[in-house]
Amino acid sequence: MKELSTVGTSLGRVDGLSHVTGRSVFATDRRFPDLLHLRVVRSPVPHALIRGVDLSEAETVPGFVRALTHEDVPHNVYTVLSLIGVEPEDEFVLAETRVRYVGEPIVAIVAETERAVREAVARVKLDLEELPAVFDIDAALAPGAPVVTDWGDNLFHFEGGRPCRSVRLGDVEKGFAEADHIVEATYDSKPIEHAPTETTACIAEPHGDGRVTVYTNTQALYFSLDNTSIILDMAPNRLRFVGGTVGGGFGGKVDVIVEPLATLAALKTNRPVKYAFSRSEEMQVSSPRAAWRITLKDGVMADGRIVARQVTSYSNSGAYSRQTPYSMTKHAANASGPYNIPNVSIDVYHVYTNLTPSSAMRGFGVTMGSFAQEVQMDRIAEVTGIDPWRIRLINAYRNGDMRPHRKLAEDATLVETIQAAAELVGVELADDLKSLTSAPRGGGA
Amino acid sequence: MSKAIVGFRLGDRDVEVLVDPMTPLQRVLRDDLGYTGAKEGCGQGGCGSCTVLVDGEPRVSCLLPTEDVAGRRVETIETRTPTQGVSRLQQAFLDQNALQCGYCTPGFIMVATALLELSPHPAREEILDAIAGNVCRCTGYEPIVAAIEAAATSVGESASGHSSGAEHS
Repeated sequence: MKELSTVGTSLGRVDGLSHVTGRSVFATDRRFPDLLHLRVVRSPVPHALIRGVDLSEAETVPGFVRALTHEDVPHNVYTVLSLIGVEPEDEFVLAETRVRYVGEPIVAIVAETERAVREAVARVKLDLEELPAVFDIDAALAPGAPVVTDWGDNLFHFEGGRPCRSVRLGDVEKGFAEADHIVEATYDSKPIEHAPTETTACIAEPHGDGRVTVYTNTQALYFSLDNTSIILDMAPNRLRFVGGTVGGGFGGKVDVIVEPLATLAALKTNRPVKYAFSRSEEMQVSSPRAAWRITLKDGVMADGRIVARQVTSYSNSGAYSRQTPYSMTKHAANASGPYNIPNVSIDVYHVYTNLTPSSAMRGFGVTMGSFAQEVQMDRIAEVTGIDPWRIRLINAYRNGDMRPHRKLAEDATLVETIQAAAELVGVELADDLKSLTSAPRGGGA
Repeated sequence: MSKAIVGFRLGDRDVEVLVDPMTPLQRVLRDDLGYTGAKEGCGQGGCGSCTVLVDGEPRVSCLLPTEDVAGRRVETIETRTPTQGVSRLQQAFLDQNALQCGYCTPGFIMVATALLELSPHPAREEILDAIAGNVCRCTGYEPIVAAIEAAATSVGESASGHSSGAEHS
């Protein structure tokens, strides 16, 4: 057999040389002599009806080119998940009658210089009628809470109108009844902003024939292209997206935010248009990781085996769904952790509030679940008085175990990974733990 | 507000630019001169991504009025990159995997360049102090510190690969 030439070696990045010499071309490193600048007028309040927008003073700013309102956007709906069949489309590209979070875009301004566009944005007068707002999970779910959505409550409704994403395996109540210990705890997390060093940005360059090239730092080039084509009601083959060099993303550049408006402005003005978030916009407006509240209730036997796990999770997802329905499903599929538990009940709620819409960030939906599960495993170790290594090893998935969402565990390596980790940190495992493997339980193949 | 002509030395060439008062040097470098190595991360002096050297001292170019560099020498990642190959410091960043997305890298290299010219064998604390104004969101900083330490271990010539520029020492 041929020796592997790459596996096991440390390779430098292919773009390392261009990074250290400053030659990597990021989205806004391109120069266009006739470049226009786009900025968005944003809601200063978390929840309001839009009574009026007065552009008259903004239009007098030297260098003002034009404004774009929702009436200029052919399909004024943010559609990121419609491509994979997830509805409803609950967010506008530019707000029409109502704003639901601080920073929600209302009108876009295009001007000759960065200074002029900032000046013009500052001179747009908004007539807003403020509405009561909700910010946390309890307030949003309380009776009589202000309603963020258009459908009467603050929950995302899954297939068949279900208020949460649910998974069931076995009978948790039976498991709790059999258990020697019940271990129950609630885990809360705060929103987290990715804060990439390079802010979200693009430059759209029109070619005068209805075609547009968009230089962008999106992490999801074809998501961005497809969504821009849907929002602008133009054939995808009129759009060419150039990306690949991203100055930090971590999931924060997956939402399609800047490209549709920059492309629309480029088509309307027939000039290249740059739409780049300021640092404050990146912090305030780009989607963070959602805040979560996760309650785990476990039935545990005296020997450390978990026989029942009930998970009730709430994601504080902010004002719009963006990619959150997808993260709910991921969360539900992983909420019981990498452990073989015969009785599982999982309910995951997507809660709307008047916060910045949350969306993708590194393992979103799963990361906070893993945090809760692993703290819970340590708690189980404390309650049972059993070593945390043993608790994890005896409950770890093995090949052939049925996961709660009816996927058989295949290619399991958790037992071996934990054993290797113990060795690395100098923990001597007991002989019965050392001899465990991921082979199917009951001595099968 | 009338525009003014500002002349300065950019690496080894003399340049003159026509600028509005208080135009940040970063805008001139990027938009007028095409030196895009000075990245914009925050535009308010908080991230160090736009760092250049002015008479050998690191400065955040997003906050530096162009008028202030009149008659002075400005050096950027571009002017500090050898005609062929890379400097010892740049090589150390590659060897130590001191970068991922690369956006902050020019700023870190410029700060480290100034440090190593002032203090060719800096203590770890000096390195940490020197990079305190630079934000990296990918690496966790340790590989960056290791790269600067590795570049500093070479004795003799300047670690940044150039012998000029340390006019303040």
